[in-house]
Order: sequence, then C-alpha cells, then structure tokens
Amino acid sequence: MEREFTAPRHGPLVRRCLVVVVAMFGFGFALVPAYRIFCEVTGFQGFIAADGSDRDRGGYVGAVDESRTVTVELVASVNGRAPWGFAPVERRLEVHPGALVTTRYRAVNETGEPRAWQASYNVAPGSAARYLGKPECFCFQRQEFEPGEARELPVTFIVNPDIPSHVKTVTLSYTLFDLEG
Amino acid sequence: MSSVATHPDHGAHAAAKPRGFLRRWVLTTSHKDIGTLYLLFSLAMFFIGGAMAMVIRAELFQPGMDFVDPYFFNQMTTVHGLVMVFGAVMPAFVGLANWMVPLQIGAPDMALPRMNNWSFWLLPAAFSMMLVTFFLPGGAPAAGWTMYPPLVLQTGMAFPFLIFAVHIAGISSIMGAINIIATILNLRAPGMGLLKMPLFVWTWLVTAFLLIAVIPVLAGAITMLLTDQYFGTSFFSAAGGGDPVLYQHIFWFFGHPEVYILILPAFGIVSTILPAFARKPLFGYTSMVYAVASIAFLSFIVWGHHMFTVGMPTAGTLFFMFATMLIAVPTGVKVFNWLATLWRGALTFETPMLFALAFVVLFTIGGLSGIMLAIAPVDFQYHDTYFVVAHFHYVLVSGSIFAIMAAVYFWLPKWTGVMYSERLGKLHFWTSVVAMNLVFFPQHFLGLAGMPRRIADYPVEFMEWNMVSSVGAFAYGAAQLIFVWTVIQCMRGRGKPAPAKPWEGAEGLEWTVPSPAPHHTFHEPPKVV
Ligand SMILES: [Cu+2]
Repeated sequence: MEREFTAPRHGPLVRRCLVVVVAMFGFGFALVPAYRIFCEVTGFQGFIAADGSDRDRGGYVGAVDESRTVTVELVASVNGRAPWGFAPVERRLEVHPGALVTTRYRAVNETGEPRAWQASYNVAPGSAARYLGKPECFCFQRQEFEPGEARELPVTFIVNPDIPSHVKTVTLSYTLFDLEG
Repeated sequence: MSSVATHPDHGAHAAAKPRGFLRRWVLTTSHKDIGTLYLLFSLAMFFIGGAMAMVIRAELFQPGMDFVDPYFFNQMTTVHGLVMVFGAVMPAFVGLANWMVPLQIGAPDMALPRMNNWSFWLLPAAFSMMLVTFFLPGGAPAAGWTMYPPLVLQTGMAFPFLIFAVHIAGISSIMGAINIIATILNLRAPGMGLLKMPLFVWTWLVTAFLLIAVIPVLAGAITMLLTDQYFGTSFFSAAGGGDPVLYQHIFWFFGHPEVYILILPAFGIVSTILPAFARKPLFGYTSMVYAVASIAFLSFIVWGHHMFTVGMPTAGTLFFMFATMLIAVPTGVKVFNWLATLWRGALTFETPMLFALAFVVLFTIGGLSGIMLAIAPVDFQYHDTYFVVAHFHYVLVSGSIFAIMAAVYFWLPKWTGVMYSERLGKLHFWTSVVAMNLVFFPQHFLGLAGMPRRIADYPVEFMEWNMVSSVGAFAYGAAQLIFVWTVIQCMRGRGKPAPAKPWEGAEGLEWTVPSPAPHHTFHEPPKVV
C-alpha cells in the first residue's frame, strides 16, 4: 500500500484552526462586556449600571419607603497629585429608600490654564452597589474648566427599597482623573 | 498547498541540500533546517535572557549594592521574563517539534513548509524589536512580563515596540502550532493511529491546540492596551469606566494555559527518554495521553489562582482553589507512571537520562510548591514573594529547560551524526543541577520570610540566602558554556560517529533513518507495525 505524499490537502484543517484563532481573539474582547455584566450583577468591584438602565434594579421608580433611612456617605478623591479641588457639597445624607435625591460635587480648577477632567465612581459595600441607581451623574464625561473656574455638578441617585435591611450605610465615591497630565 | 508537489522527481536529488547561505538557511523549507534555526535562535535568547538574570543576581548579591540603577533592574526582570518565555523556551520546543515530529510520525516534512519558514523568521524580527528598546530614550519595558495596566501604560517609547514584538512572536507561535496540527493529523505514516503516536507527538498536538486557543486571547489583551494608550478607549482605564483588574483576568486566561504550553512538550520528552534508558516500555501510555488532555482542559478554568489577593467573591476563590488542586491528579498520574517505568528497569545514566531523572524530581518539587500557592489563604502570605519566584523557576528551569537539555543530548547524535562528549555532558549536568538548586532552593526560604519579588534591594536579614542564590546563578550561567561547547563540537562533526540508533533501548521511527538524518527522509512512508 503506497501512499502518495504529494496529495494531502491541508486547506480545510487550516481553515478550521484559523476559525479557532479568530474566535478566541473575539473571545478576549467578549470578556469585556461579560466582566461588566458580572460586576453589575454581583456588585463586585462596586460597579453599578452606568446609566441607571432597566437592568439595574437601582433604577427603581415607585413608592418611597418612609419607614427606613439609609445613610449615604459621599466621598471625593483626586487621582495622583492633579491641581484640582474636588469635594462633595454634602458629606452625608439620610435618605428614604425609593426617594429621588439630588446632591452636588464642587470642582475647582486651581491652575491658570484651561483644563479638563473626568471622573469615575464606585460604591461600597459591593453588595449594596446594585441597589444604588444613578439616573444622572457627571461621571465618565469630559468636564472642561476655565482658568480658576469653580463649578458645582449635580448627582441624582435613588436607593432601591429592596436594599437588604442590614445595610445601614452606603458610600458613593467619586475619583477625579486629570486629563492634561 | 504542499510544496513537495512541485518536486515530483525528488528521488533524483534526494540527498542534495540547497547551496549558498541564503538558499540553505534564509529561504529553507526543510523541517530539519528550520528546526535547527529555531534551536539556535532559542539558544541565543537563552543566553541573552540569562545575561539579564546575571545582572539581577549581581544586584541582589548584597543589600544596598547599587550595581545597576533600580529602574534598570526593573527592565532586567521584565525583559528576562519575556525573552525566556517567548524567546527561549517556546521556540526551543517548536524547534524540537520541527525536527522530531515528522521523523517520529514518518512524514517527509511539515505540512506547510513555506509557512514554516515564515513562522521562524518572524521571531528574530520580534525579538530585535523587543531588545532594541534598551537603546531608546526611557529604556526597555519595566512593568513586569505580565504587562499590567496602568503601570505598563507608563512605559515610554518602548511601549509600542513591546506590544508589536509580543504580537509578532504570537503570530509566529500560532502559525507554528497550525503547522504542527496539520502535520500530525494529516501526515502520519499509514498504520500510525492516534493512540500509536509517540508521546512527544501527543503532547505537542495538545500544546498546539492550547496555542491556537490562548495566544489570540493574549493578542486581544495587548491590543486593548494599545488602544487604551493611543486611541482613547477605556478598557482598563478607571477614568473612563474601565477596570485594570479586567486585564488581569484576560491575561491569566491566557497565562495559565501558557504555563502548560511551556511544560507539556517537556512531559513528552521525559516520557520518551525514561523508557529508552530504563529499557522498558512506558508505563501507562494511554493514561499518559488522557492525563495530558485533562491537564490541558483544566488549564482553562484555573486562572483566578493568580489573583487571589486582587480580590474576588468567596465562591470564586473557592472554585479557583479547588479547580487548581484538581490539576494535581492528572499530574500525579504522570509522575507515578514515570516512576513505574523506572521500576525494575535496566537503568543506565547517560546525560539525557540524568536530565530526565532530575526533571522528575525537581519538577515535582515545583509542582508541590504550586499546590501550596493554590491554597488561597496561604497564597495571601506567599503572593508576590520569592516563594513564587522559586516555584515557577523549579517548573521552568529544572522542568522545561532540563527537558530541553535532555532532548538535545538525546537527539543530537541523530541531528549531527556524531556522539557528544559524555564526559562534558555529565559535567554540564552535575554543575547545572547543583547550581540550579543553589539558586532557587534558598528562594523558598526568602519568600516564606517575606522578601518581595521585583525589587532591587532588600533588608539585611535576607543577605545570606541571597548570596547563596547569586553564587548559584553565576555557576549555573557558567555551566551552560559547557553545553554550548559540547553542541558546537557536535556541529563541527568532532566526536565518535553515531550509529542510526545510538541508544540501545530507544524506540521510534526516528532511529530507523541514518545518523545524521539525511536532508530528505520518509519520502516513501515507512511501515508501522
Ligand atoms: Cu496559573
């Protein structure tokens, strides 16, 4: 039995391998939304749904639970040593679950040049993150400031009444990232 | 596809090699020449990465040395890791596969010879790109071989060079892997069923599948780094709503299978050499094959063990901890099969056997420290200490590299047609094995005592063991010169002529062709019984 070595066709096998390669390259990118969903569902890393969308149970609209109050602490920090003043106008709020609350953060450009920043936020404890909805916030948006300008930026949030009763305090933290540096 | 098709009359010039340096080496499509190129490239990288290790150990010889700038020290640890993983160990295994897979399965060449040439020549391009960064303003990458953001994004001009170098090396690996898969699945001699393949071929088949599955994931992760840096995306940037921890998940999804890419072919080599010098067939061939396959499968679901201290839900910690410990089962099967192969064998201790035996003992030490690290609560103590450094050097130096050395001594007579000097080979082995343990065993103690890795200095109480480690490192480096000399002597044809089968107990088709293996082999497929 003589086999001819000139004949084997590798095309189909190679194509199948290439499909694996392309699919796994895509898989790496698919991990990005997968990770975000994982974090939103579990509250891991303090993520909450970026826009208070329906998937986020924090985006609750309904009755206000007057029988209970939750303390919401507001925290601000500036990443690195960027020349920005950044602080919450109110440091702590007593809120009823279900009530829409608006508060403000104040930012000051401490330099003599026009400058911009962008902020991220985080919620602690992680197990409470999914119950904090933010219909409106300045996060992840470029904020342009004139030299020396000070401005207050509103944050609107709502604590979902489903929040477990052992959670008495929720911390909402914003971090300012300088965009010039 | 196959270039062999263009030479219907190969029989007429079966022994002729192409003339001239360019046609013989640069344009070659011969699996043997390309295998040689891969191995020589890997040897060069082994010495370049090794030189960096010498700088690291010189700096750590005493506290407060200031032999090099601390920032340069960080460049050394980073590039040492990248060069050794992607430039030395992986190409060495690909080189061995190029040489031996066609010979072991009775194929005339690799399935895609021209792509084979390409996949080799991408490597010098990739590593020139990586090493040239030492001469750029700001120097080479210094953020660790794992390239974690945000730190890696602070790399200066070297950053795009680093990313593209890893991309190109990755493309080379993927092409090599596809070629090996096509060769093994399509070109086996008639009669060689899958479960008759030598274990080196089996382990490489599984490794090749791992490569095409995870190198693209690494490529995706570093592409995201690139777009975060230059195109305003925020995959890993907290300011834009991304999360740097995500990078670690993606990286280690690649990274854990990668460690098996670096060790499975070594398992194949040891499973070939132990039976040859024990003069007994391998114990438990089929269970070896299944063990390799299950190790490969499990490698996809354990990446979180690199991230216990980063933080994850308790359920995740438990899952990754137990899944990781599960890998000890198939690995244990392999170790016990090797021991059973040796049991009551007629053992002789030529150099390949010595390296293979040292592999079994020392790799097992590395495996056991791996299990210790897999225990999440314990890992909080060991994480990022020299204990981790000791662990992965036991599996990579006395594991992968010892297996590569064993393979080179084992097959060198087949490649060059002469026997290497057994006296020098044994000298190389004994100096290597003593020095290797001097370097890395004390690092266990340093790690348990809390010495952190990747830092250019340390408190005085760590001095003694660091000195031992550094002295061992210099000795290990020097011992490798014996190896180079031994190989050069064989390449120059100095030595006793080797018979077709220089090892009494060796089995396999590669020993049916003359030594040195002629330029063309198995144009008539051999009969496999
Ligand atoms: Cu791992």
